[in-house]
Amino acid sequence: MKRFPIAAAVLLVLATGLYAQTNIEFWHAMTGKNGEMVQALSDKFNASQSSYKVTPVYKGSYSDTMNAGIAAFRAGQAPAILQVYEVGTATMMAAKGAVKPVYQLMAENNEKFDPNIYIPTVKGYYTDSQGKMLSMPFNSSTSVMYYNKDAFRKAGLDPEKPPVTWPQFFETARKLKASGMEGGYTTAWISWIQLENFSAWHNVPFGTKSNGFEGLDTQLVFNTPLQVKHFTQIAQDAKDKVFIYGGREGKCDPLFISGQVGMVFQSIGANGTYRKSAKFDYGVTRLPYYPDVAGAPQNSIIGGASLWVLNGRTKPEYQAVADFFSFISTPEMQSLWHRETGYVPVTTAAYEYTKALGFYKDNPGHEIAIKQLLNKEPTANSKGIRFGNFNIIREIEDQVWEDILADKISVKDGLDKMVKDGNAKLREFERLNK
Amino acid sequence: MSKQYEFKAKGLPYLLVLPQMVVVVLFFFWPAAQAVWQSFFLQDPFGGRVIFVGLENYTRLFTDSSYGYAASFVVSIAFAVCVTVLAMSSALFLAVQANKGLPFGSFYKTMLIWPYAVATMVAGVLWLFMFNPNVGIIAWLLKHKLGIEWSHLLNSSQAFLLITIAASWKQIAYNFVFFLAGLQSVPATLVEAAAIDGAGPAARFWRIIYPLLSPTTFYLLVMNLVYGFFETFPIIHQVTAGGPGTATNILVYKVWRDGVINLDLGGSAAQSVILMILVIGLTVIQFRFIERKVNY
Repeated sequence: MKRFPIAAAVLLVLATGLYAQTNIEFWHAMTGKNGEMVQALSDKFNASQSSYKVTPVYKGSYSDTMNAGIAAFRAGQAPAILQVYEVGTATMMAAKGAVKPVYQLMAENNEKFDPNIYIPTVKGYYTDSQGKMLSMPFNSSTSVMYYNKDAFRKAGLDPEKPPVTWPQFFETARKLKASGMEGGYTTAWISWIQLENFSAWHNVPFGTKSNGFEGLDTQLVFNTPLQVKHFTQIAQDAKDKVFIYGGREGKCDPLFISGQVGMVFQSIGANGTYRKSAKFDYGVTRLPYYPDVAGAPQNSIIGGASLWVLNGRTKPEYQAVADFFSFISTPEMQSLWHRETGYVPVTTAAYEYTKALGFYKDNPGHEIAIKQLLNKEPTANSKGIRFGNFNIIREIEDQVWEDILADKISVKDGLDKMVKDGNAKLREFERLNK
Repeated sequence: MSKQYEFKAKGLPYLLVLPQMVVVVLFFFWPAAQAVWQSFFLQDPFGGRVIFVGLENYTRLFTDSSYGYAASFVVSIAFAVCVTVLAMSSALFLAVQANKGLPFGSFYKTMLIWPYAVATMVAGVLWLFMFNPNVGIIAWLLKHKLGIEWSHLLNSSQAFLLITIAASWKQIAYNFVFFLAGLQSVPATLVEAAAIDGAGPAARFWRIIYPLLSPTTFYLLVMNLVYGFFETFPIIHQVTAGGPGTATNILVYKVWRDGVINLDLGGSAAQSVILMILVIGLTVIQFRFIERKVNY
């Protein structure tokens, strides 16, 4: 009984604390340096005003985070802000009752919000057909090529002249192998880089209906002679040990970092890791293209994640979210995030701001990605991709790609199988969300 | 003839089992019933739209070849059988050796039991490091000393071999403890009598010791099959993630991927119902047949 007054006093203090300040949770999947920067942005926001407090909560991988958000929403305990990766975008867009669109959130809370401050590829990815922003752009990346300059020197190649076209690239890879390297090159994210970005970069469709932007009745179409030619070359290189397979997603990183291969395709988001781990001089350059494809190179598309606002929170909490979103969209914060993490600046203003700081003189690699995204005005083929069940479609692509490399299926049949099985998943999504 | 006890008060026994029943209902029957319920629907992850589809989630598993369920079934059975055979035969061999009263016997025994204290996830990571085609020490030795190209990222047989070894290694310790205890309870008089009758070591083992071990062997057989089927998820998750292609996509891994990563709740629920039926089947076999028919 003696403890009761103390407990009551503690509760009272806590209650007044809650009354004075609105707390919101921000569930994210950022680790290492990126996780530290999420914390830093939240701390800066909390210090900049006293009405709201944002608490970032690390929820595991991207899929863990999305699942935690879904489970919490179904239990009526949704976090105010949920970070969702690009493959979950169509699922979130289809979840109409669960999501509070960002344009609506900002309007309701009288925050100024103009979707046109975002660079076109970012804006296009997260807006609906009327150009209204549904989620808040946050960490956007794109795929680039990294190459080992020391290995180039050793093979008698000019380290300041990385290959620009695919034919040059394949030749360079063979020279690197001939100079005594284990292999010439590898790639991360087979679907995202060698099919989705590959299609956008060559201004050819990955799927119909503007890659799914214009309706759920979309079909995958990436089994044309161009992709067959590309994959046939890589599969041949795999047989000749010029291409080395390192695993799905980003598992190939050690091959490049340990110097076993001289070139790698990976997200610009990996630049920080490479800078820390690679014991050699390396460069970052644009994706190669086939010169015989009209219009190539077009522009690459983004990856990464955006911030979604879930329904079921109180009005003051939404006010807090709106304030926080405005805060992290300022050029200063965007630029800080970009410089520290390697993700691209998502607004034009942040890009100009970073340029004005002179940052790119010492860090040319950081600028490659944004330049590649801005290379040309995006077309229907290069705005981005929007497909339901996309995670399982990528898994199918990964599985079939491994079967192609293991010679269990031919390149043409493999691409046909990816398209056919992927389309079946698109139909399931269409049926459920019609 | 077992003795029966009777409670005087009628309500007391129910009261005593109540806590256990609450736990079982809350954590087993309730989720299990939900899985059965969900398996009849297609639904979006947030629960906004739900379509009743009857048994379609089940028929899809067995008729749609792109779903890969039949292949997953075959892989799972092959995997469970291989793990069981490898883990049990090695454990039996080691237990027989350890039972010979060697110097430092208890040291060997302790070392052999140790792997069981390693979490399955950690065991997966250990084996993955050693066999990583790029940086693994064993992969390097195989390639540079024996000329064997180790690439479990693309070679299905190697991937299967690797997860079988990793999963068995973990289970050998468990089997070892049971076999050792079983061997120690074999009466020495029987073995000595056989020896006097002229039976050699091999005959003594196969004619006397092995039959007397049969209760232990059968118990372990069921436990190992259950382990191979249902408890090896962390190893698959760490080492191969179901690849290359779908070569190591066993049922428990597939149900997790389809439900948790790919958010196909209906299909995943149907798969878990099938897994549930399998577990129930194995349990029935253990209780009804093995425990009764094996002579002690």
